[in-house]
Order: sequence, then C-alpha cells, then structure tokens
Amino acid sequence: MKVKVISRSEDEFTRERSQDLQRVFRNFDPSLRTQEKATEYVRALNAAKVEKIFARPFMGAMDGHIDAVSCMAKNPNHLKGIFSGSMDGDIRLWDIASRQTVCQFPGHQGAVRGLTASTDGRILISCGTDCTVRLWNVPVASIMESDDLSDNSAKPLAVYVWKNAFWAVDHQWDGDLFATAGAQVDIWDRNRSAPVNSFEWGHDTVVSVRFNPGEPNVLATSASDRSITLYDLRMSSPARKLIMKTKTNSISWNPMEPMNFTAANEDCNCYSYDARKLDEAKCVHRDHVSAVMDIDFSPTGREFVTGSYDRTVRIFQYNGGHSREVYHTKRMQRVFCVKFSCDATYVISGSDDTNLRLWKAKASEQLGVLLPRERKKQEYLEAVKNRYKHLPEVKRIVRHRHLPKPIYKATALRRTMTEAERRKEERKKAHSAPGSMPTEPLRKRRIIKEVE
Amino acid sequence: MGVEQENGTSDKNMPLVEEDISNELDLKVKKYLRGDGANLEVLQDKKLKGQLAVREKLYGKSAKAAAKAEKWLMPSEEGYLEAEGIEKTWRIKQEAIVREVDILSSRKAFDLVLPELGPYTLDYTLSGRYMAVAGRKGHLAIMDMKNMALIKEFQVRETVRDVVFLHNELFFAVAQKKYPYIYDRNGIELHCLKEHGAVVKLQFLKNHFLLASINKFGQLHYQDVTTGQMVGNYRTGLGRCHVLQVNPFNAVTGLGHSGGKVTMWKPTSSAPLVKMLCHHGPISAIAFHPGGNLMATAGMERKIKLWDLRKFEVLHTYPGHAKTMNFSQKGLLAIGNGSFVQIWKDNSGAQDYGQYMNHSMVKCYQVGDVLFRPYEDILGLGHSMGVSSILVPGSGEPNFDSWVANPYETPKQRGEKEVHSLLDKLPPEAIMLNPSKIGTVRPSRKKEKPTSQEKEAEMIAAVKSLPMKKKTKGRNKPSKREKKKQEGIVRAKRPFLEQAMKVEQQPSKKQRISEEAELPKSLQRFARKKSM
Repeated sequence: MKVKVISRSEDEFTRERSQDLQRVFRNFDPSLRTQEKATEYVRALNAAKVEKIFARPFMGAMDGHIDAVSCMAKNPNHLKGIFSGSMDGDIRLWDIASRQTVCQFPGHQGAVRGLTASTDGRILISCGTDCTVRLWNVPVASIMESDDLSDNSAKPLAVYVWKNAFWAVDHQWDGDLFATAGAQVDIWDRNRSAPVNSFEWGHDTVVSVRFNPGEPNVLATSASDRSITLYDLRMSSPARKLIMKTKTNSISWNPMEPMNFTAANEDCNCYSYDARKLDEAKCVHRDHVSAVMDIDFSPTGREFVTGSYDRTVRIFQYNGGHSREVYHTKRMQRVFCVKFSCDATYVISGSDDTNLRLWKAKASEQLGVLLPRERKKQEYLEAVKNRYKHLPEVKRIVRHRHLPKPIYKATALRRTMTEAERRKEERKKAHSAPGSMPTEPLRKRRIIKEVE
Repeated sequence: MGVEQENGTSDKNMPLVEEDISNELDLKVKKYLRGDGANLEVLQDKKLKGQLAVREKLYGKSAKAAAKAEKWLMPSEEGYLEAEGIEKTWRIKQEAIVREVDILSSRKAFDLVLPELGPYTLDYTLSGRYMAVAGRKGHLAIMDMKNMALIKEFQVRETVRDVVFLHNELFFAVAQKKYPYIYDRNGIELHCLKEHGAVVKLQFLKNHFLLASINKFGQLHYQDVTTGQMVGNYRTGLGRCHVLQVNPFNAVTGLGHSGGKVTMWKPTSSAPLVKMLCHHGPISAIAFHPGGNLMATAGMERKIKLWDLRKFEVLHTYPGHAKTMNFSQKGLLAIGNGSFVQIWKDNSGAQDYGQYMNHSMVKCYQVGDVLFRPYEDILGLGHSMGVSSILVPGSGEPNFDSWVANPYETPKQRGEKEVHSLLDKLPPEAIMLNPSKIGTVRPSRKKEKPTSQEKEAEMIAAVKSLPMKKKTKGRNKPSKREKKKQEGIVRAKRPFLEQAMKVEQQPSKKQRISEEAELPKSLQRFARKKSM
C-alpha cells in the first residue's frame, strides 16, 4: 500500500517573524473561482460607477489677463510652463504647477494673434495685429523655479515691423525658420528683419499656419477663402490646395503619424485628412454645436483636444467620430485656444473670459505617484470595463456626460436638422432617375475641390 | 561512428520526451482556456475578425503561461492511495492508513463521542479551517480544526435541524425548532429569521450572500444576509422536502422531493428552472460535482444515479442506499448509509464511478451527514453518537489560493477578504443554469421576413429547377411536352401562391384589435359587417 495525504506544516504557510510579509499562494484553477464571468461583470459595473464618481476634470483657472486669451504656446523644453497671449497685447508665461504668472512680455500694441516657441525652447516668437513680429528670450528655468513670483518683465530680442497684420505664427520643428500668416504666408529667418520667402495663393487672409512635425519643410495653412493649403519650402510655389464649403479655423498635425492632420472647421466638425490624399477626409469628428476654434494633438497622437465657440472643450480619439469627453463650466465663455500638455495628462484652454483653465485629460485619473499594486488594480479595472463595455448597463454609465442645457438643446436641434436633410436627400434620390444622384459620404460632402 | 550513432539515438529520444511534456502541458492549458475559442470563420466583418483573432491569441498565450507557472506556483501535490499486489484499496482499513501517514495527518482522524445530544450535523467554512457542529437536541459548537481547539460551545435547548456557516467563521446560521437564527462565534444570537418558518435545511450561497432555506411546508426562501432583504419566497408545491443542495458551479439550488422529483431553483423566478423525475420513490440525497456538470441522486428505491446536467440525462445507475452524499473538490463521492460510509472514485475519467474506500462505524452509529473538508484529505461524518473524521487520500485540492480561501488566514486578512467579497457580491439575477452566458449577446429571435422580391425570386428558381424527364418513344409529342411543362410550373408555383394567399387573408393587427374591441350598443349598427 502506498498512501499520501495532504499535510501542511504551519511554518511553511505562515510568516516566520511578525515583520515579514504574509505569504501568498496562488492557484489559478478556474474551478476554484466559480461564476467568474458574473464577478467580472459586477466589477466592471462598479468600476464604471466609480469612474463616474471620481470624474472631476477641472483643476483650476489661471487669471491675470485683462482681455480674452487669443493664443497659447507650449514650451517643448519646460513641462510646467505655458505662454499665453491676449487681445490687449499682453503676453504671459504661466507656471502651471502654482497657476501663477512667472513673467510678462510687454510691447504689442494691438491683439496678439500668434505665439510659438522654438523647438530648442529658448526663443518665443509673437505676432499681432500691430504688424510686428517680436522675438523674445525665454527666461531661464531658474527664474521659473524661484519662489518670488514678482512681476518679471522681459525685453524683446528683436522687433520686425512688416506691411500687414498677422494672424498666426509657427516655428519649424527642426531649423531656424518660422512662418507667419496674414495677407500671405511669410517665411522668416530668426536673424533677418524681413521675410526670406513669401507665398500667395488667392487674395484672402490666411488665418492659421502649422509646420509638419516630421518633415520640417512642409507646412499647412488655412485661409478665410475656405481653403487648406499645403506648402513645401523647397519649392517656389504652394503644393496643393483643398477648398471646403466652410472656413477652417485651425490645423494640427498628428505628431505620431505626421502625414495626417486634422482641421477644425467652422461647420462644427473636425476633419482628419491624409496630406497625400486630400480628396476625402479620413474621419469626420462630430459633436460640437458651434464653430471649432482651435485644435491640438496629444503628444501620443492617439487623441486631440478641440475648443469651440459653443463654450466647451472636447477630447476626441484620433479615429473616433464622436468625442470621448466634454468639459465645460458655467464661467467658461467662448474658447479660443486649447493645448494638450507635453506629457499628455493635462489640457489647457484659453477663453473669452480672460482665464486659462487647466483640465485633466482623463477626467477620473488619479494624480500623483501610483504604487505598483494600485496601478495594477487600475489596469485590471480598465481591462474589465473594456471587456464589458458593450453591455447596456455598463455602456449607459460610461457614455453618460452632463451637458449644459443650451448645448443639449442645440445638439437636439442639430440632430433634427441633419435628419431632415438626410430625409430630403433620400426623397430627392427616390424621385430622380436611378444613378443620377449618387450618395456622397460625409467624408466627401464638405469638400468642394482639390487644386494642384 | 559510435559518437554519431549516439547522437542519433539521443535525437530520437528527445522528441519523445518533448512530446510527453507538451501533451501534459496541453492538458493543463485546456483547463485554463475555459472552453473552446470563438468560431471566427463565420464572421463577415473583417475588422472584427482581426480584433477577435488577436484576442484569441492572447487568451491562448495567457492560458499557456498559467499552465507553465503551475509548476512553480503550486508546491503541494495531491494525496493518493495505491494498492500493491493483490490488495484492494477498499479493503484497506482506516487504522492502516492512519498508521502509515505522518503524525500531523494522523491526528486529523478522530472520533468525538457525544452520546447525549444525538444525531449531529456539521459544516465547514470555505477554507476548511473551522467546523460547526450541531446536535439534534440543541448542542452547538464551533471548532478550529487547525489547532483542534474548541472555540465556543453552547446549548439552545431546542431542536436543531441544520447548521451552516455564512461567508466566514464569525457568523453561522442554525435551523432551530421554529425559526432559523444567526449567531456569531461567541454564541451571541444576532438575528431571528422569522420569515423562514420551521426550516429543515439551510445552505449559504457565498458569491451572492444569500441564505437559502427550505421549511417544513416546502417553501423555499432566499434572504440576502447583507441587507436582510427577502429576495425570493417560493412555494415548491411538492410537499415536504429534506434535501437541499446548492450547485457550486452556478449557484442553482437543487431540491429533492418525496415524489422522486428533483427541482432546481433560482431566486428570481417563482417556477423551477428544471423539474426532473429522477427516482420512483422519495429522494434521500443529492450531491453536485464541483465541476457543475454532474449530479448524483439517491432514491429510497435503492438506486444511486449520476446525471449529466448539460443534457439532463442519466449517465449511470448503481444499486445502493444513501442517506447522505457529498462530492469532494477532486470529485470523490462519499455515500453514507446506516453505519457504513463508502467512497467512490471516477476511475476512467468517464464519470464511471467505482469503489475506492469503505469505512464502517460501530454498528449502532447512524451516519446522518457526510462532508468533505475543503483543501484537506478528510471526510467529516456526523452521526447519532457524535462527530468523526476519517482520512480519504486524494479527496482535497492540495493548493489553496490565498485570495479565494486561505486556511491560514489572519484576522486582518479575514477583514480584507470580507470587504472584497462584499464589493464583488453578485446580484441574485446572476444565478442561471449556464453562468458563462453572462456578457454574451442574445441571439436575435426575430426571424427576418423575406421580401416580396425574394419570394418572387424563390418561386422563379423553383420553376427553373423543374426536372424535365426524357419521354420514351411515342410519348414525345411537342404538344404533350408543352402541356406537361405547364403542369409542372403550376405545381411548383402552388405552395408559394398558397402561402401568399394565407398571409393576405390574415387580418392586420390593427384590424384584429378593432374587431376585438367591443363597441357600445348604440354604435354597433355603424360597425362594418363581418363577411360571412
């Protein structure tokens, strides 16, 4: 006879000293955990509820400007600093951590319309309606670290006066050039007082300009003649032009897929385009109910933030048709500029009410350092929630966002309008000769033509 | 040459060994895969197909990782009892086993003789560390089986029919003469559950925190012990019932009735999920396999049956009485009858149970309750003269999981565990026959009606596929052929046309409703006359 029974000596299964950690034994046999699917579902539901409870995205407001904030610029070298320019010609550098002004840059006579920092983070370039471009030395990091936040003001490094008012400025990602937009697109060298190159296509004002992050010589502009134009600095003339039915207010390139850019349009939508294939948008991002004023991609390239004239800030997936998140407060007015922070955890919006507002990019994310066990738990809950997100109860909780009444009503109205339009189109099609009215997808519908 | 040959042989041997290992691994992987993967071939959506293929691959990988980690994570091996030579395992006496095993284990077999407060029932906590003992005449005791220490002992001085632990050893419920009561482990009465009535059997559903009871009048009660809410109160309508067992796999409650029926219940429906006639006499015991697909029932007509719970078909029928039955974690079946306890084992892996061990108590002891102790090779017996426990090698799961049930739990861990299990408390709606259905999509029941064009197309296809026979000489006149053809077409079209007629004749829903609605007398003359 051979016999063995389970025999556990207590020493092996308990800790030796009271300072030791308790011993943990695992057995992943599914038969020990019965009804694990139901348990997972309950966990997913609870996680969705908890996420909703902890969704407090608003971190704080930075006030100091005495007129509407018109533009902002991130300093790629310094995570917690942000520049903002206002309609009264004031430029400020903010410390996001303490939410206070670190430095002011006085000089502009009219509104500041464009701000950008060079990629090495040493020079700030501003332009405005007073027909000047000003170059500033960015204060060294030590000033930002210092405790006394007395009003430092800086002197411009250079002031270049030009013939027309400026609407936007952007610095090359790699190189010494920067581009301004106004009556035409001007390419400047930082050391020259006059533009080195000028591009003109059409007679309308150019309202925004953005350099491509991957290819330093390519830039995209949008103009008030409803066009989006691509330029290559190595060529003497603009490369391509796309004319849409409404004006594009701002453009942002996807930093991870630099051939794609997203345009913030007056018709409440954003359109993602492949720069090589402009005859059709890759994705239409709908949800805003008024003109989209500004757009900025997250450094991860997976999502972007938009600010709109309807007083909300929304965050979209780079390939998602609807917004993931909508931020609003009672006091926030028309949003003119938005930026994603360089670590993709915060969103900063500047609005008509003279304030900059700081939001979390993930509304319910826990800030601060997470212990490994906490992080693991969060990851587990995220995975479980993702697994059961299609079930009605979980979906209802995860999808729900509170909207201010005017926006809620405007959304309903817009839905009615688009529905009516769709119905009309359908009937028109039904009563015309077959094939004479091909259905145009929304991705193409707002495009008038592409010009080479 | 010699060296080369050696290499050759070693090369030949290597794959064999590897194959063995991979086979073993495959078996383990299968356990962690939790069923077959989704059938992706039938999917039309390419994007979804790609996503699901990635998922499936991930599941396969994680199952493999778990199977590989088993070697390191699970240090203990399960027990066994093997006969040598002409020995038979069922002839080996308990004394012989106790003599062979180590001292620590030999202490676990004991006989507690309590002659006065007679027949005893018992219950273990989920981790198997604590035992509750209840004597029919009101004797209650809680014991720590690790230290073999008595924690609390008291008498309630009335009939006690059953005892069951709640989620941990701090609380237990006792079915007494008129009502069930909940006590804490110091013997303080916390609740009297009057709504349950005179309860015969009690069970606790650990994932749902429900206390299930069947009372003298055949009423099944489910009470949520966290909120005190009565979740379900159903009349079985099948008379008095002494047999109540919970299927650990899906938490469905099984009841055995005196008419030979077994019914299965969930707390959210007033009718049983399943009603099956298992025996031709009263049912004396039922037991559920922890895998969830096997049920054993015993009837008074001297039969023990094993049932497949997926098809609700009998797998095997054995002769034998059973007053009480219980499955162990590893699938051994203990059967208690009179003073005799049998343990059966699935020898072939095809649910073909055969004798494994026998144990006979002193003649006058009547075994009333058998229960395997979780995570140990021990069978607890409650009988008319006290409580005993015997060693049954190979019955318990050798490796426990600290987060599921920990026999070496400290009070702090117990507190943590309680909070976590309360957070994961399942709603009563989660109880269903197939718990893996949760989170899946309900197949659309609506059958799509074919459109008129489709019907037309079908009819034309039927006409076109008419077989035209070649006629023999003389019958092959063109006119005859044409006539035959026309006849064939009419015959092929007829079923379709008949169906269309039937649909047309059926009044629309609106019409039906209006016809049904009774008009007041004064208005009836305006109503449309029914066509006769």
